[in-house]
Amino acid sequence: MKKLINNPSDVAAESLAGMGLAHPDLLRVHTDPACAVRVDAPVAGKVALVSGGGSGHEPLHAGFVGPGMLDAAVPGAVFTSPTPDQVQAAVAAVDGGAGVLLLVKNYTGDVLNFEMAAELAAAEGVAVETVVVDDDVAVQDSTYTAGRRGVAGTVLVEKIAGAAAARGDDLAAVAGIARRVVGATRTMGVALTACTVPHSGTPSFELGEQEIEIGIGIHGEPGRERRPLVPADELVRLLLDPVLADLPFEDGDRVLLLVNGMGATPLSELYVAYRAARGVLDGRGVTVERSLVGNYTTALDMAGCSVTLLRLDDELRDLWDAPVHTAALRWGA
Amino acid sequence: MTDVYDTAATVSAVRAAAAMIAGHKAELTRLDQAIGDGDHGENLARGFHAVLVKLESAAPATPADALKLVATTLISTVGGASGPLYGTAFLRASTALAGAAELTPELVAAALAAARDGVVARGKAEPGDKTMVDALGPAAEAARAAADGGGGVREVLAAAADAAARGSEATVPLQARKGRASYLGERSVGHVDPGSRSTAYLLASFAAGATGAADDSDRS
Repeated sequence: MKKLINNPSDVAAESLAGMGLAHPDLLRVHTDPACAVRVDAPVAGKVALVSGGGSGHEPLHAGFVGPGMLDAAVPGAVFTSPTPDQVQAAVAAVDGGAGVLLLVKNYTGDVLNFEMAAELAAAEGVAVETVVVDDDVAVQDSTYTAGRRGVAGTVLVEKIAGAAAARGDDLAAVAGIARRVVGATRTMGVALTACTVPHSGTPSFELGEQEIEIGIGIHGEPGRERRPLVPADELVRLLLDPVLADLPFEDGDRVLLLVNGMGATPLSELYVAYRAARGVLDGRGVTVERSLVGNYTTALDMAGCSVTLLRLDDELRDLWDAPVHTAALRWGA
Repeated sequence: MTDVYDTAATVSAVRAAAAMIAGHKAELTRLDQAIGDGDHGENLARGFHAVLVKLESAAPATPADALKLVATTLISTVGGASGPLYGTAFLRASTALAGAAELTPELVAAALAAARDGVVARGKAEPGDKTMVDALGPAAEAARAAADGGGGVREVLAAAADAAARGSEATVPLQARKGRASYLGERSVGHVDPGSRSTAYLLASFAAGATGAADDSDRS
């Protein structure tokens, strides 16, 4: 496996350092403990947003640090959640006196480490709220699992909650908006190939030349079901049907449609998938009011995509449209 | 034969545990690739390497101090679920040992029970969920039984290590209900839970430490 790396164990740190060097107007990168902080943090009187998780999902999360979105991102090793002291350092760096909202993807490691960090921060007198993102419909029965995973819908939560914080909402209100977005967001993904974690050097699972894995997460873990490859239109329908049925999204609903690449699928194919998704949604009477297509929550070099729907109302749409200036998402600013 | 398990013995057991994890890094990663995300060996090895580095400059005053150093180091270096879970386990065990200068059978049983309770509280896993609780739970029970039966520190730790190894093997037919393996559903059946395996290795290291300490005291 050919990789653009130096030493496998340095990938996460060197990638973060590169991001800091490329975007000095947006980010300040701290090492030991590692975190990426908005260059003008702390912003006095504004609720600060901190997210994080394993590396390997770039641009999530450091690519979303900047005005209108996150105040800090806390990357762990590849596919490994960050540690509590990292999160605590980020919280201390961004707390502008209005409290800190932790946005956490629902993976056991992330939840446990952020939980310990929240306890430490609260003990230091910082007002902390935590919102757990669990938009992945592939996990059906939460009783017998660790619950639904947080996947590409996390980007929508970070953007919209970030806009709420930027307009001056207090901590409870920003957390409330974030929970509303989580409640209205559903995602389903597919892998065409597995991904290769740098330190293991071998694919995380084996897929045949004509096989796909439906219902994958974003860490190279196998998904819900393996089946033969089908054309893009049919594949997108396989992803969208459970997404639509779950909330459910109904005739007359207005949505934001995110077609997210897993890292190794060309943008041209993502647009093929987007076109297919529009066909399905038109047939159901669901109106796409906003769209996002690209690699926003990746799983290293996995080929494949995920499809996310967020049910919009006027407020969520306005918050989505509000100015944002980050390395990976920028408009109006 | 006396069982002496003092601070020095505890530190040497921690070093042995670090060597044990380093030696089994590839195996733990392979187990985790089967039903998780393939980082357990790498993460735990990184954490215990950091423990060894800290031990070069730190001089724990009690067995509890040594375990606390392990706990805080793992919490800040491992990440994943195993960082907070092992960190919590070692921290609770350390608290249970309080200021004792050496381990007693009663303290070992209490420390393992506290470690198990801490892991259950933090991770919310129950027995049979195919997690490290399936090794740590039986270990705590075996330690309690051995201590109640009048066993020395050596016997209590050996009983715990044996129970953990058996408990880990017994995770093979289980379907995971917690952690990342739970997303596999039935496909998690037929594999050892990696966290239960590393728990068994750690307890085996502590049991071996007890043997070594007893041997040393025999020679003195």
